[in-house]
Amino acid sequence: MAVRVSSIGHFLERETLVYRRLWHGTVFSAFVGPALFLVAMGKGLGGYVGANPALGGVDYLDFVAPGILCASVMQMAGADGLWPVMGRIQWDKQYVGVVTSPITPAELAVGFLTWESVRALLVAVAFLLVASAVGGLASPFAVLAAPVCMLLAVAMSGPLAAWSSSRTSDRSFAIIFRLGIIPLFLFSGTFFPVTQLPGWAQPLAQLSPLYHAVELARAATTGHARDAVAIVGHVLVLCGVALGGAVAAQRAFTRRLSS
Amino acid sequence: MPGEPLVVGRALTKRFGDFVAVDGIDVEVRPGETFGFLGPNGAGKTSTMRMIGCVSPRSGGDLRVLGMDPATDGPRIRARLGSVPQEDNLDLELSVWDNLMIYGRYFGLPRPVIRERATELLDFFQLAERRDDQVDPLSGGMKRRLTVARGLVNAPDLFLLDEPTTGLDPQARHLLWERLYQLKRRGVTIVLTTHYMDEAEQLCDRLVIMNAGRIVAEGSPRDLIRQHSTREVVELRFLDADEHDRALDRVAGVGERIESLTDRVVIYTHDGDTTVKELAQRGLAAESAYVRRSTLEDVFLRLTGRALEE
Repeated sequence: MAVRVSSIGHFLERETLVYRRLWHGTVFSAFVGPALFLVAMGKGLGGYVGANPALGGVDYLDFVAPGILCASVMQMAGADGLWPVMGRIQWDKQYVGVVTSPITPAELAVGFLTWESVRALLVAVAFLLVASAVGGLASPFAVLAAPVCMLLAVAMSGPLAAWSSSRTSDRSFAIIFRLGIIPLFLFSGTFFPVTQLPGWAQPLAQLSPLYHAVELARAATTGHARDAVAIVGHVLVLCGVALGGAVAAQRAFTRRLSS
Repeated sequence: MPGEPLVVGRALTKRFGDFVAVDGIDVEVRPGETFGFLGPNGAGKTSTMRMIGCVSPRSGGDLRVLGMDPATDGPRIRARLGSVPQEDNLDLELSVWDNLMIYGRYFGLPRPVIRERATELLDFFQLAERRDDQVDPLSGGMKRRLTVARGLVNAPDLFLLDEPTTGLDPQARHLLWERLYQLKRRGVTIVLTTHYMDEAEQLCDRLVIMNAGRIVAEGSPRDLIRQHSTREVVELRFLDADEHDRALDRVAGVGERIESLTDRVVIYTHDGDTTVKELAQRGLAAESAYVRRSTLEDVFLRLTGRALEE
């Protein structure tokens, strides 16, 4: 499936136009939300946790900050891959209109995922700004958490958009959210190390794209990256899921919008 | 009309699993004409339009649109098509104006060009006053006009409209017809589907009648009426079903052909008044006897053996 960069650009003009009008509304969730989380969990809860060897030699605030960042990106991208995709295909049918232009369904899918990664970038930048004020960043490498978030957004919204664009009803979405996204949110090494999980559950964390993103973001924000092999492994897994999700989304959009 | 046909379909087929939506139709649309697909719901009109619009791959046969193959040149063809889908799919997060601007950008048109066309189109479709409004609160007729306007923003060589006036009130329909008629006079080639007889008669130079995925007749509205119906029609209505049934025996042999529908008896004839007189001589007392000219609906009844469901 040939994807033209010009088509992606034309599609993104629409998203940026809408965003320019609505960005005020996202300020709260982008700045205030993470700040509250950082204060409540990092400082409040962190005060009880104290220094614990399981945290890998950092205090709890530094440990949890990248977890909060990645978990919010994952939740945003996860939700975006479900209801909005179904809405634009089946309810408002806005995407049905897009593909009557020269833009192909596959290009539309890539455009959607590109916009998800831009949104993730904005969330990450806002978060890093807040965290640099509140605390939680221990290394200048923290900026590398931003590209990690962009990858994570594609790895989440790609497979979910492939699923939702092949459905005719949103019946399964609430279950995906409750039994898929929320467990990922809680058990991917976001708020506590995966070594705290029962032995049988620890390998399962490897299946979570969020786990790999959190590990990478944490290495960036704490500056502790002792294991280069593990870092490469996390990058490969995240890239693999993102790429696979993007291909699946392109196929599913093509099947649905060009039937 | 001169020039290569803009659409050529040969044995064009669309299957969804086992279901055959379009069953090997041959079709040609010539430059400058308004061409109609007429038929009941489920006849295969929309499937055909989607294949011509390059948003649905064909399952069999051959198709050329603007001289190119939709299977390989979809984006290049779509760049020169205008599409008005059966259901409005305007961008509800954008204003009226931005719907045109953004859609134009999907075609990669320069902004000044889109601005000029959008201004003109909003005037033409009487939407200039609503330019900065959001789309959702617009009336059905206005949304439809905006969808039609959007389809023209790329100045298409071929304009496809799938049931452009379905669901509109009479005023909104007539306004849209009038605008389509003006487009036609400007030389825009239009392909439309409809299940309204009057729409097809008013707008189409040439049309095909589709039924169950096949083309059952083809020609200008006047040709079709001449070929498949008589000049006039007498419609008889009776008080009840018994009267209706009794009358059937007595009208036998009157006119060219007789059709018994649930609510009326239709007699096809060359001269309606003479037929009415003949019925009176036979002592037939209908509750009402109505003489009218043949329409495409009569052609449709003749060819498919059933009334069009509207």
